[in-house]
Amino acid sequence: MSQLDRSDVARLAGLARIDMTDEDLDRLSGQLAVIVDAVAKVAEVAGEDVPATSHPIPMSNVHREDEVRPSLAQDAALAAAPDAEDGRFRVPQILGEEA
Amino acid sequence: MTTTDWTRATAARMADALAAGEVTSVELTQAHLDRIGQIDGPVHAFLHIDAEGALATARAVDEDRAAGKELPRLAGVPIAVKDVLVTQGLPTTAGSRILEGWMPPYDATVTRKIREARMPILGKTNMDEFAMGSSTEHSGYGPTRNPWDLDRIPGGSGGGSAAALAAFEAPLAIGSDTGGSIRQPASVTGTVGVKPTYGGVSRFGAIALASSLDQLGPCGRTVMDTALLHEVMGGHDVNDATSLPEPVPGCVDAALVGARMDLTGVRIGVVKELSGVDGGFQDGVKQRFDESLERLRGMGAEVVEVSCPSFEYALAAYYVILPSEASSNLAKFDSVRFGLRVEKDTVEKTMLATRAEGFGDEVKRRIILGTYALSAGYYDAYYGSAQKVRTLVQRDFAAAFEQCDVLVSPTTPTTPFKIGERVDDPMAMYLNDIATIPANLAGIPGMSLPAGLAPEDGLPAGFQILAPAHEDARLYRIGAALEASLTADWGGPLTAQAPEVTA
Repeated sequence: MSQLDRSDVARLAGLARIDMTDEDLDRLSGQLAVIVDAVAKVAEVAGEDVPATSHPIPMSNVHREDEVRPSLAQDAALAAAPDAEDGRFRVPQILGEEA
Repeated sequence: MTTTDWTRATAARMADALAAGEVTSVELTQAHLDRIGQIDGPVHAFLHIDAEGALATARAVDEDRAAGKELPRLAGVPIAVKDVLVTQGLPTTAGSRILEGWMPPYDATVTRKIREARMPILGKTNMDEFAMGSSTEHSGYGPTRNPWDLDRIPGGSGGGSAAALAAFEAPLAIGSDTGGSIRQPASVTGTVGVKPTYGGVSRFGAIALASSLDQLGPCGRTVMDTALLHEVMGGHDVNDATSLPEPVPGCVDAALVGARMDLTGVRIGVVKELSGVDGGFQDGVKQRFDESLERLRGMGAEVVEVSCPSFEYALAAYYVILPSEASSNLAKFDSVRFGLRVEKDTVEKTMLATRAEGFGDEVKRRIILGTYALSAGYYDAYYGSAQKVRTLVQRDFAAAFEQCDVLVSPTTPTTPFKIGERVDDPMAMYLNDIATIPANLAGIPGMSLPAGLAPEDGLPAGFQILAPAHEDARLYRIGAALEASLTADWGGPLTAQAPEVTA
């Protein structure tokens, strides 16, 4: 029994900023429910006494010398932007009309 | 006809012939470009071909060689680069429509190393979108086809790189392996691929899928060629905080030792859970695996069985960890700084529309899965538990490597399946990687090399070797020994037996 239903997928898609049509939700919800059921078995062996591993080969305090190094020039950084103006990324309005 | 078909040669042979003045880099590069021109229509290994750039590099190498300058070993030997790696001056898409036509403003570290090694870059190879897949069917630009049978998948995500090798479009290629994306395509195309120890190759400029699992690696048609490329790619890089501060392992030397076919004193562990006892492994795949094991035993190796009980949970843990990390990594595709923008009246609507249009279904599935696994109330049950499974998998490996020097298994449960067969059944697709995923969870190195053709369908079956972290050289020793034994009987690399691709 999956805990993930169609309305959950619609909500998650909103959080992940992916527009979904009814057709998308129909197609993906069923598949996602099957996958969620299959991966839920991770909880079966995850005992209290088992520590979590986030990185396969742990390294800590990886620093480099605090020296200025060359970085991307502004025009190179902006070259592939869908829209730019005055040396900045340009985007549509942030807030909708109702705001 | 007495002219040599250079596309059939190994990279090592090409390097020697260049050094001896038998052939020029321009001739080699042109031969591969011609081959690509003839057959890449149906194979579709490449997303972008850079004839001009490759020939320019080749010409410069030829001039320097003629002038008596010292050159790196692989100078003038052409290479194909997976489209996951950013390449200045060549479009880079990671197989996604959201990055269609994107020109990166910098080179990945591995791209820079290839350029410094003076290797002509033939082009960028096809892949599942953002490396999510095991068949290349999830590419935003259409699937790559397996040169052994054009109706079948070449594996994934690095199907383009593997198919380019198997179709003699390139002697070497770059791959990336998050759960098997180098080894599984190698297995189903009869080629060789290595996932190095996590951190062994810099990932600076590799478009990230799951950062705690991703690793770039070399692909070739022989173990020695793969070793040569591994040494070009590897080494510490200050631009990648996960890069190991240690020298590149001696892959070439290890391959030379292995080719002497003496494995006296080497202990080889067969992973019980991945040896096909429980079914799920195709008969011919299992048969070729068992025969390969016999060959290793015949060369003096001791074969022991080891058990890794947590591997049963590895696939589930992987499909929690990967989507979680991917959902975060792919948040950068927001229509602001690069890539597609589907313009709407607000930023938020623009993002929603852009990501809906730019991402394919598999990417959407995994982003949503990851968003779910990381959400409040579910985090402990999914992501937290998966990280614990990761510890258990590492403990299984540690215990196994106390009993043996390397672990072995078939690379994939089956030979390549038909295009379209599993594309609507994500779980069936995910099961392709059952034997390759544990290595990524633990960060250890792994190789796939051809074990032969499955008798029932005449398609390639792969043999996987896994070694402890930092011990990549062991893969090359054992792999070269097995390869030497097999090719002595085959009369050459397995790829020589592939049917000619008809355009």
